[in-house]
Amino acid sequence: MAELKITQAGPTGMITLRGDLSDQGLQELCTGLTGTGFPDRLGAETGDDTGLFWMSPDELLLLLPQDRVAEALRRIAEALEGQHHLAADVSGARALFTVEGAWVRELLAKLTPADLHPASLGTGQIRRSHLGQVAAAFWLPREGVARIICFRSVADYMRELLEVSSRAGPVGHF
Amino acid sequence: MSARLATGGRLIDRKRRFGFRFDGRRYTGHPGDTLASALLANGQMVQGRSFKYHRPRGLVGSGPEEPNALMGIGTGARFEPNQRATVAELHEDLVAVSQNRWPSLAFDVGAVNARLSKVFPAGFYYKTFLWPRAFWKHVYEPIIRHSAGLGRPPKERDADTYEHFYAHVDVLIVGGGIAGLSAALEAGRSGARVLLIEQTAHWGGRAMVDGPEIGGGSAEDWVKSALQELGAMGNVTLRNRCSGAGVYDHGYALAQEKMTDHDPAAGGPRHRLWRIRAKRIVTATGAIERPLSFAANDLPGVMLASALRDYVVNWGVSAGDRTVIVTNNDDAYRTALALADAGLVVPVVLDARPKADGALPQAVRARGIRVETGRGIAHVAGKSGVTGVAICAQSGEGAVLEEIGCDAVAMSGGWSPVVHLWSHCGGKLWWDDARAMFRPDHDRPPTGDDGAGFVRPAGISDGMISTLEVIENAMKAGRAAARDCGFDSTEAALPEVQEPAEAPLLPVWLMPQGAGIELREKMWLDYQNDVKVSDVQLAAREGYESVEHAKRYTTLGMATDQGKLSNINGLAVLSAQLGSPIPQVGTTTFRPPWTPISMGAIAGAARDGLFQPVRRTPMQGWHDSHGAAYEPVGHWRRPYSYPRGDETRHAAAAREVKNARQHLGMLDASTLGKIVVKGPDAGRFLDMIYTNVMSTLKVGRCRYGLICSENGFLTDDGVVARIDDDTWLCHTTTGGADRIHAHMEDWLQTEWWDWKVYTANLTEHYAQIAVVGPQARALLQRLGGLDLSAEALPFMGWAEGRLGDYHARVFRISFSGELSFEVAVQADQGLALWRELLDKGADLGVMPYGTEAMHILRAEKGFIMIGDETDGTVIPQDLGLDWAISKKKPDYIGKRAQARSHMADPERWKLVGLETSDRSVLDEGAYVIADGANANGQCNTQGRVTSTYHSPTFDRGIAMALLHRGPDRIGEEVEVSRIGGGTVTARVVDPVLYDKMGERMNG
Repeated sequence: MAELKITQAGPTGMITLRGDLSDQGLQELCTGLTGTGFPDRLGAETGDDTGLFWMSPDELLLLLPQDRVAEALRRIAEALEGQHHLAADVSGARALFTVEGAWVRELLAKLTPADLHPASLGTGQIRRSHLGQVAAAFWLPREGVARIICFRSVADYMRELLEVSSRAGPVGHF
Repeated sequence: MSARLATGGRLIDRKRRFGFRFDGRRYTGHPGDTLASALLANGQMVQGRSFKYHRPRGLVGSGPEEPNALMGIGTGARFEPNQRATVAELHEDLVAVSQNRWPSLAFDVGAVNARLSKVFPAGFYYKTFLWPRAFWKHVYEPIIRHSAGLGRPPKERDADTYEHFYAHVDVLIVGGGIAGLSAALEAGRSGARVLLIEQTAHWGGRAMVDGPEIGGGSAEDWVKSALQELGAMGNVTLRNRCSGAGVYDHGYALAQEKMTDHDPAAGGPRHRLWRIRAKRIVTATGAIERPLSFAANDLPGVMLASALRDYVVNWGVSAGDRTVIVTNNDDAYRTALALADAGLVVPVVLDARPKADGALPQAVRARGIRVETGRGIAHVAGKSGVTGVAICAQSGEGAVLEEIGCDAVAMSGGWSPVVHLWSHCGGKLWWDDARAMFRPDHDRPPTGDDGAGFVRPAGISDGMISTLEVIENAMKAGRAAARDCGFDSTEAALPEVQEPAEAPLLPVWLMPQGAGIELREKMWLDYQNDVKVSDVQLAAREGYESVEHAKRYTTLGMATDQGKLSNINGLAVLSAQLGSPIPQVGTTTFRPPWTPISMGAIAGAARDGLFQPVRRTPMQGWHDSHGAAYEPVGHWRRPYSYPRGDETRHAAAAREVKNARQHLGMLDASTLGKIVVKGPDAGRFLDMIYTNVMSTLKVGRCRYGLICSENGFLTDDGVVARIDDDTWLCHTTTGGADRIHAHMEDWLQTEWWDWKVYTANLTEHYAQIAVVGPQARALLQRLGGLDLSAEALPFMGWAEGRLGDYHARVFRISFSGELSFEVAVQADQGLALWRELLDKGADLGVMPYGTEAMHILRAEKGFIMIGDETDGTVIPQDLGLDWAISKKKPDYIGKRAQARSHMADPERWKLVGLETSDRSVLDEGAYVIADGANANGQCNTQGRVTSTYHSPTFDRGIAMALLHRGPDRIGEEVEVSRIGGGTVTARVVDPVLYDKMGERMNG
């Protein structure tokens, strides 16, 4: 039974940005901050230690090293001055997990009603759904690796949920 | 007596043996046996007792339809009751116990009920135990519960683990017989994502026993090659031991996979609940053979004809040496042939039809077996097993023509398609008179979001009979289901099928058709619940004409088998009694699950630490290690108080209150909701959300606000801070954070979608600490940084900046009546700040306090609490909060509702304080009683207690209450109810007891 590796990331900078996602200036601002492409609907664009995620038709999530958050917020405020938007530091509100291993899709499919079939959730896509009984967002930066964001207050639950489900072994479906 | 045959049994491995125990005795069986076949092989025909009369019962079926052989399997923490021996695969050291018998299966005291069956007809319990009324609860019910019931619940926690798995497919096919396989081949070839599930461990279904030739070879060969082809398709998943349990709206289906029941040593989860989203579902669920209703048809040894040949062919087990076959159709002749092939004796085939000249009857005659047409069974002879049958004319009243000795009876009343899954979500049925069966009505399928049917029946479950029509029909269903999902395939050629043609059956609902009452009250319809033909007829006579009513009155089709054998026969009897045709009587509702699924599978991983997520604040670890006594608040666990030594949690709360009033307290307020609202229209939006005006709030200031539902009821409250020109931060109650955020988004997205407002729920980004008491400022100033003087930060102001080593936002707000600051820092800084404050405040007398102290502090101050003073029926005006309701604003959510006559009525119950004359603490939820009694003889009331505490500050009971015209009655004395009886006198007072002038908030 192939083991999965589950790790919780240390402090990670996260910014929620709500605004007009079709705005060219906003798109360039974001890609400039993350060094990634701009995500399509349901898209997840990831760099080495950054990410830019489509969270809803008017919401993005920016992933950055935590020490870059304050500056990023400043640059967002500057660039979008006079333009309706909301940028908020949510770094403290979240926990970030990484699961690695051959059957990571099946692990997630034990816990979320979202479709984990590769044809439905390709790499480079994000889903906001739930894992077990808590809200979660997750994406596969590449096959065999999943990253999961949940609320900080339920990080212990999430860790145990992932570990228990991992111990139960693969399903053999995908 | 039943026994293992010398040869045969395609599923068993005769070279190996498993030892197992049943009711404490050791037996052996073979790998491939079910518990039922292994017991039968050991001569154990009696495998259960019936529910009501405790009659000895043997196997009737060989699959999930079995009503009698229910057992407890496993021991200790792995014991599970009500398992079907017919579907329980044998494994080494299996332990089973029979049920519903005392003291033993062979001798059951309760069987005396059977002798008294004449006085236990349908409705007996309803009629008998009505009087005297008080006896029901204390005498009748305990006795009935002791003697009734099937399995016993397990005594230990389940030692196994379980899990869920979500699968999304184009086509789900339920049933792995030749129909399911044919459908899967067609759907699979089209490229659609296909999941094919089969409840047993084996593929091929009945075809493997009944042996048609398919594609020029045996059914077995055909199944093997089908499985090979399917296995090679990357888009097809096959799962056996996986039972389709239910079909629900939007193509949702549940299935239970049993991974380790057949091999407990394997480890891993025992059951997996498949939660399937399918665009289309094909039900290839086969059919169930119907029993015939003749007298004493429940004796052990009377079995379904198909089951009898299953035991011979699949497991090499005979139910008896001499088997009489009784039938109304050709299919049962296959049993005669199978028995003859196995060298067993069939003294006679009794066929209720006037003639039987089809290929199968002819083949049976050719084997020298006697066939009698127009004949039936008058009654079966025997006490705890079959010793013979009495033959009669089917068209007569049961006069015995001949008696024949035998030790088994194989009966067949025809087949009922398994339409359960088709019906779960609203698929309708039609009655096919020629085939005497309910069939899925293709014109009225369960429909999905596209208005089209999303379930397609296939094969026998669609009413097909011959193998050729089964395959053709199933291929079509598989192809159509895939096409519905956008996958096309070219039609594959039908395989050649060789099998004997079958002549039509003759519906037989009573044997003989003119049977008198003495026979009818010995004809069992429902073996599990002991319902007989006479019971259903009695129910109809007593007016239970609806099939649903008759079911509940007689218990026909209830309990763990849900009438898989009894439903059609029962409603046919009802229909005859009512004189209305079967389709008009209709069926009872088919509800999930098809067969029972385990509680463990339903729970999945949600047990122990994962039973429910518990939300933890950044300081929770500190609370844990400092002995916090917790209380649940939503999914949070908040410290109720921090008891020291052997202090009670209440004593601790009292100490914490006093300390906060006299020195310095600290509360973990991180759980409070924090929603940021921003945009050019944010002020206008908040003026609608809150009852008071938020748009005029100055930057740097805070305002307390109320949120009502559109019906005017108070639903949340909290302090709003204006952060900058177009940004507000709204604090909500702990339980209100997600709800109020959703409320805001609801209005923004559906009503005011053109307003420029964005919200974000930042609750968890911050750790928030309330620093409360006369020394609060002194402590915070020791950290250095922000100027928190009264001039720089007045009451209801906020400031942001460095506070010691932290970037903090400090709100000068008070929920206690004391000088108070709430300090918010990023969550990951929360614990460090908490520790530093405790450390630096030690000499100031700092002490953490919990939610109970928080409640008492606010109650002494007369502050309301959402959920205590409100319960969804209370408007702000009831609570004297008129000051927080804007009269000037043209509108806010709830304004119109609050103007309704009942809401504006001065007669409403309104908030007051209550002081007991004896200083005692009133009971939670106690009523203020009024004169007289209502129509039900209950004491009239004029108010109720909403909050009640012992106040450490005043050393007496204090309470808040909603009282009829309360504020007009200050000084009056009222009587308040006591739990356990009596009343206590209380004086109506102003709810604000502590520091009415509000001076202490200034420190």
